[in-house]
Amino acid sequence: MTDMPSLIVTENGPSALLARGAWTLANVELLERLCAGAPQMQGGPIDLSGVTALDTIGAWLFEKLARRNAAGSSAATFVGASPSHAGLLSEVRESNRGRPGARPRAGTFIDRLAKMAREFGADSLAFMAMLGAVSLAGVRVLHRPRSFRLTSTVYQLGRVGWQAIPIVALITFLIGAIIAQQGIFHFRKFGAESYVVDMVGILVLREIGVLIVAIMVAGRSGSAYTAELGSMKMREEIDALSTMGLDPISVLILPRVLALIVALPILAFIGSMAALYGGGLVAWLYGGMSPAIFIARLRDAVSVTHFEVGILKAPFMALVIGLVAACEGLKVKGSAESLGRQTTASVVKSIFLVIVLDGLFAVFFASIGM
Amino acid sequence: MAEDRIAIHVNDLVVGFGERVVIDHLCLDVREGEILGLVGASGGGKSVLLRTLVGLLPKRSGEISFPAFATDEAVGRGVLFQQGALFSALNARQNVQFPLREAAHLSPALLDEIANAKLEMVGLSVEDGDKFPAELSGGMTKRVALARALALDPALLFLDEPTSGLDPIAAGEFDALIRTLQQTLGFTVFMVTHDLNTLAAVCNRVAALADGMIAALGPLPAVLESDHPWVRAYFHGARAQMLHLGA
Repeated sequence: MTDMPSLIVTENGPSALLARGAWTLANVELLERLCAGAPQMQGGPIDLSGVTALDTIGAWLFEKLARRNAAGSSAATFVGASPSHAGLLSEVRESNRGRPGARPRAGTFIDRLAKMAREFGADSLAFMAMLGAVSLAGVRVLHRPRSFRLTSTVYQLGRVGWQAIPIVALITFLIGAIIAQQGIFHFRKFGAESYVVDMVGILVLREIGVLIVAIMVAGRSGSAYTAELGSMKMREEIDALSTMGLDPISVLILPRVLALIVALPILAFIGSMAALYGGGLVAWLYGGMSPAIFIARLRDAVSVTHFEVGILKAPFMALVIGLVAACEGLKVKGSAESLGRQTTASVVKSIFLVIVLDGLFAVFFASIGM
Repeated sequence: MAEDRIAIHVNDLVVGFGERVVIDHLCLDVREGEILGLVGASGGGKSVLLRTLVGLLPKRSGEISFPAFATDEAVGRGVLFQQGALFSALNARQNVQFPLREAAHLSPALLDEIANAKLEMVGLSVEDGDKFPAELSGGMTKRVALARALALDPALLFLDEPTSGLDPIAAGEFDALIRTLQQTLGFTVFMVTHDLNTLAAVCNRVAALADGMIAALGPLPAVLESDHPWVRAYFHGARAQMLHLGA
């Protein structure tokens, strides 16, 4: 091939280096090797009369050769370049002149720890601010009930409540069935099979029912809230609302949070019933306990207190999920990546907080003797 | 010189969506090394024509060829989209490096140097390369997008409304930048624009698209003399008159 680039060192000629061929992107691997292998020159021009094609990469490589040969003093010159090639060469002459700025270092372990602590503080503050803003919007709505967005709230209720019922019921049914099966299997060893009813009843009504449902809602609806609000933020829809004199909190966030607060106790109730149903079914089919006995034992084992303990937690968990989703949604910046990051953060943080909240409630209910 | 070689040859092109025919038997030649500006009504098919030329839309019939190039694959195309279309997950330098990285195997150091050189060619600083698209102003976004379009040294550059959304100073600087780069790098430019200043300052020839066909074609003064009613309305309307008065 005649266009194969080459770089020849001339011993006795007027030029120090003689370049030939196509100095273009297609040959870049060969060109890099040629330039790396070129000897350190004392100076003297580079002859480009044999160059058949030149693009920015080729021009830059020549420029680099020229700068290296000059060793700090005046750069080597080019001879024999065609007019169009000369234009390109002068274009790259000015580039990469400045000292590259120091790249920010990754930072030590302590730095990262400090950054995490600062972020945690900022997150807590943002959460409190969101709680305050939503409460204020709620008080304003109580003051002027006509400003309440009923249509939007009902629509959100349909999305996070009604449409979530099938999947919530299915998952909690399976969880109840699994708990019952494991209980029967292990309790059988010391003949305490009938206590499975106590375990399923108390566990489901107090803890598992509401916790599983809250985690599912955080994954299903919290993420959707963050993504919606985030893309609205990206497209300046939230700014548009503000300029129309509307409060984005009361238009967008209050209906969503309220819908969650209403929907989660209902879903927790449905979930608990489905789990008990699953547990009863397994007790009957696997443990040989007839439904009548299961129900009778359940009546002895659980009281309405257990149910209250479970269902009381639901609205607070809903509030946490809604507020975290709103905070993270409003944190979205312009890029698609930031939307994804904030949505992930929303789900992770709300699940974490739901579990922490559950622990706090357990301590609280134990201390008041419920 | 190569003034008369044809870079893009469009013959009898028809493009449409469903019932609607947008480009109706259009013929156009773009000469090598020229800057051709395409004007037309909003929704009149300018962007459709551009997207068809770069291969994003299928043509219904007709012919698009690139006679100045040996094969269709050899045609290096760079496209500057109206909103920049920068990849939001990559910073400015990585955006410029992306096509290079895909096209050839370069050492990381060379990749950085080439990207810096491209950024400096379009009037940005090396530090700007670390910024993400969300942190760039409108003018800078266009410049980074231009640097990315030029990454592979294309022979054909397609610009979709390069100066839209820029203030007059930034638009003027961008016009000058395109002109300078075109002179040094020698590519052919096909530009869709509404900016009458850009047409006057940058374009060698102007094509007016009306009713899916080229209604007028030639240097700006010749197009201004055209008798076509839409072309007259476009260049002699109130807004255009203001420009003439100001000039």
